[in-house]
Amino acid sequence: MDIVKTGIAGTLESSDLMVTIKESGEDGIHLELKSTVQQQFGEEIKEVALAVLRQYGVKRCKVSIEDKGALDCTVIARVRTAVSRACGNVKYNWEVGR
Amino acid sequence: MLNAVDREIPEYLEGYGKMKLFDKFKEGSVKDLDRFQDRLVYPNRKKIISSIKRAVEAVGLKDGMTISFHHHFRSGDLTINLVLNELASMGFKDLIVSASSLTDVHAALIPLVREGVIRKFETSGLRGGLAEFISNGMMEIPIQIRSHGGRARAIVNGDLHIDVAFLGVSSCDVYGNANGFTGQNACGSLGYAKVDAEYADHVVMITDNLVECPNIPFSIPQNQVDHVVVVDKVGDTAGIMSGATRFTKNPRDLLIARHAADVVEASGYFYDGFSLQTGSGGASLATTRFLSEKMARRDIKASFALGGITGQIVKMHEEGLIGKLLDVQSFDLTAVQSLRKNPNHYEISAAYYANPDDEGSAVNQLDVVILSALEIDVDFNVNVMTGSDGVIRGASGGHCDTAAGACVTIIVAPLLRGRIPTVCDRVHTIITPGKTVDVLVTDQGIAVNPLRPELQERLMKSGLPVCSIEDLKERAYKLTGVPREIRVEDRIVGVVNYRDGSVIDVIRQVAK
Amino acid sequence: MISRLRRTMLYAPGNNAGMVRDVHIYGSDSIMFDLEDSVSVHEKDSARFLVYQTLRTMDYGRKETVVRVNGLDTPYGLEDFNAIVRAKPDIIRLPKTETPEDVMEADRLITGIEEEIGMEVGTIKMFAAIESALGILNAYPIAKASKRLVGIAIGAEDYVTDLKTTRSKEGVELLMARSQIVVAARAAGISAIDTVFSDVDDEEGLIRETALVKQLGFDGKSVINPRQIDPVHKIFTPGSKEIHNALNVIEAIKEAEAKGSGVISLNGKMIDKPIVDRAKRVLDLAVVARAYNPESGEVLC
Repeated sequence: MDIVKTGIAGTLESSDLMVTIKESGEDGIHLELKSTVQQQFGEEIKEVALAVLRQYGVKRCKVSIEDKGALDCTVIARVRTAVSRACGNVKYNWEVGR
Repeated sequence: MLNAVDREIPEYLEGYGKMKLFDKFKEGSVKDLDRFQDRLVYPNRKKIISSIKRAVEAVGLKDGMTISFHHHFRSGDLTINLVLNELASMGFKDLIVSASSLTDVHAALIPLVREGVIRKFETSGLRGGLAEFISNGMMEIPIQIRSHGGRARAIVNGDLHIDVAFLGVSSCDVYGNANGFTGQNACGSLGYAKVDAEYADHVVMITDNLVECPNIPFSIPQNQVDHVVVVDKVGDTAGIMSGATRFTKNPRDLLIARHAADVVEASGYFYDGFSLQTGSGGASLATTRFLSEKMARRDIKASFALGGITGQIVKMHEEGLIGKLLDVQSFDLTAVQSLRKNPNHYEISAAYYANPDDEGSAVNQLDVVILSALEIDVDFNVNVMTGSDGVIRGASGGHCDTAAGACVTIIVAPLLRGRIPTVCDRVHTIITPGKTVDVLVTDQGIAVNPLRPELQERLMKSGLPVCSIEDLKERAYKLTGVPREIRVEDRIVGVVNYRDGSVIDVIRQVAK
Repeated sequence: MISRLRRTMLYAPGNNAGMVRDVHIYGSDSIMFDLEDSVSVHEKDSARFLVYQTLRTMDYGRKETVVRVNGLDTPYGLEDFNAIVRAKPDIIRLPKTETPEDVMEADRLITGIEEEIGMEVGTIKMFAAIESALGILNAYPIAKASKRLVGIAIGAEDYVTDLKTTRSKEGVELLMARSQIVVAARAAGISAIDTVFSDVDDEEGLIRETALVKQLGFDGKSVINPRQIDPVHKIFTPGSKEIHNALNVIEAIKEAEAKGSGVISLNGKMIDKPIVDRAKRVLDLAVVARAYNPESGEVLC
C-alpha cells in the first residue's frame, strides 16, 4: 500500500497517542517514538505499530508517534486510522473475534 | 573569693558544691554596641536584628554546619531560597540543609549546589527541577530522605543536630513568640518547625508581621528563639493549597473513595470514638465525604482526626462528626482559619505526631489511615517517592509513620496510571514496608495483606470485591503488558531512612 | 425470571481512548460505546477502529456491551455494522428508529454478516432508540420487528425538537412518549430504557426524573457520567422495606396453601394474583441486584 498523503490520527490526551504518517523518499519505515512510558513500553509500542504497517503492506514512510500511555489496542487502532487516512481511506478488511 | 561585683563567695559550699563566680564585665567588657544601632531601627528591639546577615553573624554560623527549615508554606515557601541566597553572598560553603521538606520552588537552589554553598540536603521529599537535578546525579553527596516521624526522632535523639534553624512565621513578636495561623501570609500549623525550635542550637525567626508582645497564642515560645528578623514577605499563602485539597469530580477517584469508605465501614474499626487520618490525594480526600455519610447514618462519631488537616476534615469537625483535630500541617486556608478559631482544633509537633521512639505518639492511636501510592508491589511495599521514570517526585511524609501506627492502613490507588501499572512486581523505591500495609483499594478490586486474615474475612462478609494482590497485578499486566524495569546507574543519589533511622532503600541515578 | 438488570447503561464516546478503556469499571449494568452523536463526522473512522479494536482486546466479563452505531441512512452506518458485528458486542443499538423496516433492515444486515463469518445467526442482539414522533407512534411495531430486539429506548432531545417544543424540568412534554415506550416494550416483552439526564451536576434533578420514570414502568436509564450510576441504581433496586413486604406476601401464600385456604390475606388486606406477581418481581430484581440472597434469606441492603 502506498502513502499518498499525510495521515494523522489520535489525540494527546492521557491513555491516547497521536500518530502521523508521511510519505518518504527513502525505502523503509522510519519510526520515531516519544512516549511517557518509553522506558517500560517503548519497544512494545514500536513493534505493535510496525506490525500494523506490515499488515497494510506499507514499505516506505515516515511515522512519528507521540504516546501518552495508550494500551496496545489503542496503538493499533490509531496507527490503522492514520495509515488508512494516509493511503486515501482504504477499505479495511475487518477480522472476526479476538 | 571576690566575684565581679565584689561579693565574698566561698569556693566550695557543703550541700551546694563548687561555686562558679559571677564574672561578667570583670575584664571591663562592655555591652554590644552594634545592638544599639539595631535599636534605632526598632526602638522596641529586644531580639530583633536588622537583617538575615546580622542574625547569621550573631549565631556564629560556620561552613559545614547544619541549618534547618520547615515546609509549612509548601510551594509558597520563600524563606529557604531567601536565607540560602544570603548565605551564598556571605561566602558560606558546604552547608547541610535539613528541611522538613522541599518543593518545586527550590529549583532556585541548584546554582548554590553548583557553587558549593550547599553540600547536602536532608528532606522528606523533593519535586521539580531540584529533584531532577539530583536524580540525574548532579550532586556529590546523596540526599537523605526521612519521614516526618523519623526526622522528629532524629532531632530529639541527636542523630540530626541542627546548628541554626531559620523559621519563617506569619506572626511573631519582638521576643520570638510566634504562630503560623495569624497574619497576612498564614500557613497554619507550625508542627514541623516546633521540633526544630525546641532542639536547634540557635533559632532565628523570620517574619513579615511583627505584632504586639506577647503574641498569644504562640506555637513557638520566646525562650526557644535567639533572634527575630523582619522581611518583606515570608511566604505565599496561596502556595499551601497546591490545588490538592478540593473535592474531586474525577469519577475514578470517587469510585476508589467509595470502596475505601466501604472498607473502613467493614473493617471492624468503624465504631463510635474511632480515629482517622486521610492524605491529601484526590481519592483519599473524597473518602471523607463517603465516610461522613456512613457516620451520620450509623450515628458514629470520630474521637479525633490526625495529621495534615484539610477543609473537608474541618467541615466534619464543625458538623460534630469529629471531636478533635490534631494538626501537624494545615493543607488549606479553611484549615488555617479553623486552627485560629476552633478550640478543639489543636496544633501538635512532628514529635507528638509520629516520633517512633514515643509509644504515645499520635500515629499509634490511629484506627484508620488512608494513604496514596505511586506504586505498590505484590508484597504491599509502597513507593511514594520516585515516578515511573525513576526520577524523584514525591515525599515520604508521614506515610510510613501512620502505616506503622494505624490499626488499619488503607492504600488507595488506581490500578493503572496511563499505561503504568500501579500494582507491580517490585516497586522502584520502598518508603513504606508492606508488612505495615493492610488493605489496597483500587478502582478494579480490593486486596488484603495476608498478614491480616481477620480483616479479609470481615471485608468478604460485607460483600466487597476482595481478591489477592497478585490477581490485581495480573489484571493490570494483562492490560498493559509486562513493564520493563527502570534503568538506573550504580551511583546512589538518595538514601531513604525508615522512621527508626535505618536505611530501607537507596535511590540510584537514572540512566543517562 | 429476570436474567439481567438494565438499570443503567453508561455511555463512552467512541473516540475517547481513556473512557473507552475504563467505562466498565464504574459498576453500570451495561456499557455503551458510542459511534454516533458523540463522535464528530471527521472522526467516525477513528472511533470505529478504536471501539472495534478495544472490544476485540478487552475482557469485560459478564458486563453487557452495547455499541451505538450510526444509522444506515448515513455514510457511516454500513461500515459500522461491518466492523462491529465482527467485534461481537452483546448488543448493537440503532439510533433514530422510526419504522419497523429500519429494524428489519439492520436485522437482515447483521444476519448476512453472521452467516458470512460463521457466527450463529441471532448472536448479536439489538436495541432500538426511538427519537421522533413517527417512531413513538410506531413503538409497538418497532418493538416486535425483530427477534434480536431486547429493548427500546427513548431519546428525548431529538424527539422534543421533532414535537416543536422544548424540554422542561417536569418533563410533561415527554409523558406520552415515555408511557408509549413502556407500554410497547411490555406488550413485546422487552426492556424499556429512559433517555439521558444531561446536567451531571444536578443530582437532585436526576433523582426526581429517575423516580418518575421508574414509576412509569421503565427498567432503567442511560447515563452519561459515572457519578449518575449510584443514584439511579438506588431507585431501580428494591429497598429493604420493599423486599420485606414482598417476602411477607410470599410467606402468606405459602401459609394459605398449607392450610388449603382459598382466600389469602396479609394484615387484613386481601392478596390477589397481581400483588403476588409484583412481589415475585421485586424479589427477582432484588436477587439479580444482590440485594437479597434467596438461599440464606438475607436482605443485604
